[in-house]
Amino acid sequence: MLEKALYGDRRYWTWVIFLMTLMGIGFLFYLRQLEYGLGITGLSRDVTWGFYIAQFTFLVGVAASAVMVVLPYYLHDYKVFSKMTILGEFLAISAVTMCVLFVVIDLGQPMRAVNIILHPTPSSIIFWDLIVLNGYLVLNALISRVTLDAERKSIAPPKWIKPIIILSIPWAISIHTVTAFIYCGLGGRPFWFTAILTPRFLASAFASGPAFLILLVMILKKFTKFDPGKEPIFKLSEIITYAMSLNVFFILLELFTAFYSGMHEHQQSFLYLFFGIDGHARLVPWIWTSIILAVFSLILLFNPKTRRNEKFLTIACISVFLSIWIDKGIGMVVAGFVPSPLGKVTEYWPTIPEALIALGVYALGFLLITIFYKIALSVRGEVAK
Amino acid sequence: MSFDRRKFIKIAGLTTIVTLTGKPVFDAIAADSPLNVSTEPNRLTAKRWAMAVNTKKCLEKEGCTDCITACHHIHNVPDFGNPKDEVKWIWHEKYENAFLDQENEYMEEKLKDKPVLVFCNHCDNPPCVRVCPTQATFRREDGIVMMDWHRCIGCRYCVAACPYGSRSFNWRDPRPFIKEIVPDFPTRTRGVVEKCTFCDERLAIGLQPACVEACKEKALVFGDLEDPKSEIRELLKANFSIRRKPALGTQPEVYYIV
Repeated sequence: MLEKALYGDRRYWTWVIFLMTLMGIGFLFYLRQLEYGLGITGLSRDVTWGFYIAQFTFLVGVAASAVMVVLPYYLHDYKVFSKMTILGEFLAISAVTMCVLFVVIDLGQPMRAVNIILHPTPSSIIFWDLIVLNGYLVLNALISRVTLDAERKSIAPPKWIKPIIILSIPWAISIHTVTAFIYCGLGGRPFWFTAILTPRFLASAFASGPAFLILLVMILKKFTKFDPGKEPIFKLSEIITYAMSLNVFFILLELFTAFYSGMHEHQQSFLYLFFGIDGHARLVPWIWTSIILAVFSLILLFNPKTRRNEKFLTIACISVFLSIWIDKGIGMVVAGFVPSPLGKVTEYWPTIPEALIALGVYALGFLLITIFYKIALSVRGEVAK
Repeated sequence: MSFDRRKFIKIAGLTTIVTLTGKPVFDAIAADSPLNVSTEPNRLTAKRWAMAVNTKKCLEKEGCTDCITACHHIHNVPDFGNPKDEVKWIWHEKYENAFLDQENEYMEEKLKDKPVLVFCNHCDNPPCVRVCPTQATFRREDGIVMMDWHRCIGCRYCVAACPYGSRSFNWRDPRPFIKEIVPDFPTRTRGVVEKCTFCDERLAIGLQPACVEACKEKALVFGDLEDPKSEIRELLKANFSIRRKPALGTQPEVYYIV
């Protein structure tokens, strides 16, 4: 089936070459990072995780969100999602691949990464995260391949795949749960040390992932013959509305415990994020942008008139996606390190090489999405418009 | 063709999985290496090593950095000259930074704004060891929290987990920034984490940690907490001492006499 990605019109190839150029640039800067060390990034002794690990965390959410189309279709026999499941699974594969790459490029000694397998350590959450992420990758690769192959041959998928699909549902929850455990199990980092972090991760995942899926469908509708109809889009937008509301609600819960209790150390990172500490306020405009986008998106999503209007829904989905990307892809990880365990404020901002390396990984992810969607649509004969 | 491409990939994949998962099992059966490898007859041993810092004595000589200089010299700790790349094993921190949870605006003047020595606490319940995905950092039976710089993959999970900021990462090649390389001790490579090791290499040949030896005021006392007659136990018996962030349950083994 892969050969279907090798045939395309000029627009397809321009896009592919554009992505490959970004990947090439990212790769060259990565070689530079390997030679110089991670000092090429904006990270420092006090802020030791930054843009790479934050992207990893955000994309685990995008990957997990495939379950929002798989669950209604396979568990509740919700037929409306029949055309969507494969898109969700392919998005999951691409997102998990990016996750793994973001972890690898963040390692100081990537050539030793195999030590995690050579010296398995069940007490480390990273060990479990490696298992659940790769397991999820294998599950989705298998499911999408088998179901698409059946669709190509116009036969029903084999029976044995059904339990595997059902297994992928709790597995999707597990990848984001375990990823949250990386953070919320550390007693020395009060900002992350909260049981609501895991549900918050899941809620934001089930908002940002489906939002991205809707945006992808809009793009496909514009450039290809693919059209799932209005119903799955509206159903997804309801899912996004619930998930985004929960996400904002959970953030408010966090603020209540931190500020009503008056516990100094639980407030510090929030104060840094929202107002800055001693003039250090690099993330402040970002986090307020995230809040404004969240509120704005909820206004559009709550109102059935705007939610059921494709133009407004697209704007709402972009707002949800950006809001959560800022919250998780910038704020959440960095703020955990500010102030430091010694009460000092060191600011972090990604450097240009760091941003270009990350962009290269994103380009690879988008290339995978492009190729996978091309294959899926070719199989259904829905490519050209 | 009976052995097509897909079948080949399947078998190749399975072989890889079996090889990768089989190795640790094999190692677990084959491995039988003791942790204390030194056979030196006069090596120092203990059931639980710990350090006491007598802050009053430490402050006697203002601006003294003898212990820091000695430690960083013999351990080939680089000096990058900037806070971003900084690597340090033992250093001075203001009292209110070292003891964040002891906030007190009207603290006695001889401690307020005064420097306190901080370094790895060699916790009994170390979060860094718990989170390390490769066991590159581990707790020895005698209580020393050690680092294996050849196994560390540089994920920095331990740095995120340490509530004391005791761990440093080599953001770049440290070797050009070591003033004078001491050949007796390994230098590190870029991309690994390092920290104080209670001078395990000196204990192994019967010497006290370098910082303890360097302190002329005898402000640092190192010894076995399980030995009731040890100097450190006598000192802790006779003086009021505190530890950093005890509420976190890490059981730090560095005691501060204030």
